[in-house]
Amino acid sequence: MTIRTSITVNGKDTSREVEARTLLVHYLREELGLTGTHVGCDTSNCGACTVLLDGEAVKSCTVFAAQIHDCNITTIEGAAQADGSFSPVQEGFRQEHGLQCGYCTPGMIMASTALLTENPNPTEEEIRHALEGNLCRCTGYEMIVNAVRWAAENPNFTSGGAK
Amino acid sequence: MIPAQFDYVEATSVADAIRLLAEHGDEAKLLAGGHSLIPLMKLRLVTPATLIDVTHIKELSYIKEDGNNIVIGALTRHRDIEESDLVKKHLPLVAHVAGEVGDPQVRNRGTIGGSLVHGDPAADLPAAALATGATMVIAGKNGERRISAQDFFVDFLETDVQPGEILVAIEFPKHTDAGWAYEKFVRRAMDYSIVGVALQLGAKPGVALVNMSNKPHLAVSASQAIGKGAAIADVLAVINDDTNPPEDLNATVEYRQHLARVLTQRAFATASK
Amino acid sequence: MSLVGARVLRKEDPNLITGNGQYVDDLQPAGCTSMVFVRSTEAHAKIRSIDTAEALALPGVLAVWTSANIAQLANCPGGLPGLDQPLLAKDIVRFVGEGVAVVVATDRYIAADAAELIIVDYEPLPAVASLSAAMAPGAVVLHEVLGGNTVHFQDFENPLNEAFAAAPRTASLHIVNNRCAPSPIEPNVCLADWGRSGLTLWAAFQAPHHLRNTIAQYFGIPQDSTRVVAPDVGGGFGAKINFVPEFFLTALLSKEIGKPVKYTQTRSECLVAMLHGRAQEHDASVAFDNDGRILALKLTVTQDQGAYPNGTGMGLPVLTTAMAAGCYRIPAVAISWRNVVTNTTPVAAYRGAGRPEASFTIERLIDLIADETGVDPVEVRRRNFIPVDAFPYATHSPLAMYDSGNFAGALDELLKHVNYDELKKEQEKRRQDPAAKLLGIGFASWLEIAGFGPPGSLEAFGHLASWESAQVRIQPDGSAIIFTGASPHGQGTVTTYAQIAADELGIDFDRISVKHGDTAVVPQGIGTMGSRAVAVGGEGVKTASGRVYENAKRIAAHLLEASAEDIIIEDEKFFVKGTPARSVPWSEVAWKSFQPLELPGGMEPGALDSTVFQQVPNFSFPSGAYCCVVEIDRETGGVNIVNMYLVDDCGTVINPLLVEGQVHGGVAQGIAQALYEHMLYDPSGVPRTSTFMDYLVPAASDLPGYITGRINTPNPSNTLGAKGVGESGSVGAPPAVVNAVVDALSHLGVKHIDMPVTPIKVWNILEGAK
Repeated sequence: MTIRTSITVNGKDTSREVEARTLLVHYLREELGLTGTHVGCDTSNCGACTVLLDGEAVKSCTVFAAQIHDCNITTIEGAAQADGSFSPVQEGFRQEHGLQCGYCTPGMIMASTALLTENPNPTEEEIRHALEGNLCRCTGYEMIVNAVRWAAENPNFTSGGAK
Repeated sequence: MIPAQFDYVEATSVADAIRLLAEHGDEAKLLAGGHSLIPLMKLRLVTPATLIDVTHIKELSYIKEDGNNIVIGALTRHRDIEESDLVKKHLPLVAHVAGEVGDPQVRNRGTIGGSLVHGDPAADLPAAALATGATMVIAGKNGERRISAQDFFVDFLETDVQPGEILVAIEFPKHTDAGWAYEKFVRRAMDYSIVGVALQLGAKPGVALVNMSNKPHLAVSASQAIGKGAAIADVLAVINDDTNPPEDLNATVEYRQHLARVLTQRAFATASK
Repeated sequence: MSLVGARVLRKEDPNLITGNGQYVDDLQPAGCTSMVFVRSTEAHAKIRSIDTAEALALPGVLAVWTSANIAQLANCPGGLPGLDQPLLAKDIVRFVGEGVAVVVATDRYIAADAAELIIVDYEPLPAVASLSAAMAPGAVVLHEVLGGNTVHFQDFENPLNEAFAAAPRTASLHIVNNRCAPSPIEPNVCLADWGRSGLTLWAAFQAPHHLRNTIAQYFGIPQDSTRVVAPDVGGGFGAKINFVPEFFLTALLSKEIGKPVKYTQTRSECLVAMLHGRAQEHDASVAFDNDGRILALKLTVTQDQGAYPNGTGMGLPVLTTAMAAGCYRIPAVAISWRNVVTNTTPVAAYRGAGRPEASFTIERLIDLIADETGVDPVEVRRRNFIPVDAFPYATHSPLAMYDSGNFAGALDELLKHVNYDELKKEQEKRRQDPAAKLLGIGFASWLEIAGFGPPGSLEAFGHLASWESAQVRIQPDGSAIIFTGASPHGQGTVTTYAQIAADELGIDFDRISVKHGDTAVVPQGIGTMGSRAVAVGGEGVKTASGRVYENAKRIAAHLLEASAEDIIIEDEKFFVKGTPARSVPWSEVAWKSFQPLELPGGMEPGALDSTVFQQVPNFSFPSGAYCCVVEIDRETGGVNIVNMYLVDDCGTVINPLLVEGQVHGGVAQGIAQALYEHMLYDPSGVPRTSTFMDYLVPAASDLPGYITGRINTPNPSNTLGAKGVGESGSVGAPPAVVNAVVDALSHLGVKHIDMPVTPIKVWNILEGAK
């Protein structure tokens, strides 16, 4: 069966008639063309598909689009600041080489963003614990930890609108 | 991986959910946080004809104090339990265990009711419910009934929730100021326990084991021994009574029983601090 | 100021941190369809029948193919003649995960539904899922043409019986180097569009020209209208240099149905269908004297090739045996290897490809010698190192002519970080305290062969050649575009090449772009593998940039009415040395380089455009010294890495940030192999670790932080001096970790533990010692 679902994504109202089984990640990627959110597994382990649902990190491969009508979703495409500057977390990943191939990166950035919202000054252990649901095959994680620390130490980062 | 097709209906209240369950019969499944169900559906190990989405039943998401009990609505998310001051004060074991489920993303979606009705012997929260002596509140067309956590878990991935019924709440007796511990042994932090031990001390002590049987397992003899003030050695001597541990890539029966003893001992050390 | 050696932030990142990366699955051309596989659930079986009727009847299904639809087609390229894998199984399946049928539908949901409706009737055959089973007398034979399951056996030239008989001491180990699944977070993905103007294949691949050459050859179509694009690629680790049926099937189906066809592998498929790595067993013996000096080494490698051997897989034991002696001077080395087929996923390159296996065994043997002689493991290493003055050093293998290194120097540097004496005291103290965790200290002085490679080296693996291309093209405004045949997938090549070019050209880093991964854009290319992107491709960028710069100087000299020899550049301005006041900017030189009237005599327009096919005379030999400190929980058997000390010698460092990232990533995969990952099969050939729930790729909280250091012995085979660093960590980490675990348990008589070192293995040892 199909169902109409209306979701606010990155501040924009979206509404589509989709199959009930449509996973949120496919709604984002294929209905809305927001391909920054990736799929890396089929067992909810890798976290590449992490987005923010009403500000909290969730795995968009384990949510049906039909379930979350009237919710606010933020994807990596909506992670930057209003003036277009990278967010502190995005900038942290750049400054500390927290990414290599970039495939897990959107999920890592969204999970890290959620962490810093709750805990603006996490320890290394807290960062590692908070990123347990996100797998990276390239970095060995230390530079991801450094990236999150950079963001914690530069919460007011702005590039003055430069992207 | 893509789930098979299904019909989707949304329940707006408990009564509505019960009505929809009656209407759609055996082929229907309740969808809460979805973190047990959706992965199984994606692998097409589960192919329900209808999903009755209960996530919008706001009345089932709550944590409240009720005399000597803390009552948690079945749709309360792990994260809300983990962060609840009320739960932290009166049921610190439950708050801690809720924070040990999966990873942050899972805890932001997964619900206590969903985890309990899944009946997975390797899951965390069933052990906490057993160790704390929780009571499950189940609603059906004939109203509500109550059943102890011990009787609630029937077999592998099978609970006492009958067709047409829905778990609506969990009543936990308060364990304020009592010792507790949760010991979880894993190879990788995000994984299900190889073995876990949930220990609640105090007036109504209990110890429950994770992944040590075909269903979530209350260590009855050990819990009784603790209640009688037995020495740790005597508790450890009976901790594996009635267990039926699985064998898998990570552990043999013997190793699991050994881990159950080691983790119980550690749990005691932590809980007695 | 030189950019080579500077901590420069990556040009790649702005797209990747904003969701603007473009991976193959992100592409959705108009009319794009979706292909899904039906894969074998049997390890070895005859296919009695395949019923596709219901699938074909499903609305939205455009095609369902089995081998019957492609009977005239050759098998998948890259295999061994007669043993190669069909695009879809013909009559028989030989591993769980082998493609049996494909469905194309208008979207991936319908395709998945249709695949579920296909019924394959199998007649199971006995399966051999391990080397021992495959080699047992009377074992079922996978490929009748072979007559057995051994594909190839290379015996010892001289088994060194006399050297071993005469030696004061000998020791042996049987080592299983565990099968791993490379597991890039992006699985195999491809998208084919075969229309009137030719075939375009977008593929998550490490070597697009290699694929272009092969796919054109396979279909008998001209290369000018065959285009392969590897856009952003989500990790490869060697697993994306193999030809897989997906590429050929999407192409064919696209031609058949007249629409683009996309295939996006699921993780569960990826774990059984993407080629595996490692999967070797070693029988190693070493002869030594009472002082721990090695007299002779003998190694037999048995390589599990999986069900269908391929050229890369066959090369693995060659590399392992070539590097058998590691960084040690061993008077006599004997090597032997055999390749065996089993009913498992085929095996090929995985980060390090043959070298981690070599370093693991020699480094385990060094610790075994230490254990036998009572000489400290650090001292055993020192006594056997090839000394700095011995280079170039000819090994037992013609492949491995070591050209540089300072193995003692790396170990010295490492020991500056490791408080070894204190750790040894602490270890002893803890052994006496039954409540304390056991402490183990493990070393690995590792050496690998990288920088693939000299002429002939990659040809042996089926590539066109072993050079790498670099084209440096100055634009009329004086900015530069570099085209490279190296096809990066996370290495940061766009950044490092721009750094190299900026130094050579005197053009600002921000005005240099690097293009890669598209055969219609990049002249020719080989690819990124074998830690070659900087050592070969980067050298090419330097060479081409240097040629362009020389011509630019000539133009500047002409404009300044001076002699080219006197021209220097600063801040993008050419001037005669000593007279900076009169200068000509790069932008003007570039502009005028296209204007015949402005050029010096004999120079043609286009002089600031140089293409180089960079060759190198030898492989490179990155090395290093690692130390791992572990704690072992005596009650649970759990192993925890307390510290990981890493000293690398990758020669010249182009960008320390990126080198650090490569080392960390390689080490993480090495630790994962040592402690977590194992692609396991039951005896009937059913994989037991085919999701990320069971195949334990570690997360952030499962891995330690890293303490790093560096020494630099420049690579003499290129002018950059760079050796490559992509695979180093995966070569050095496994032996360091396992040596630490064995060290922690050595007082119990433990000599060796196979990877992964799981808690239950350790617990069984601890129990056995009671």
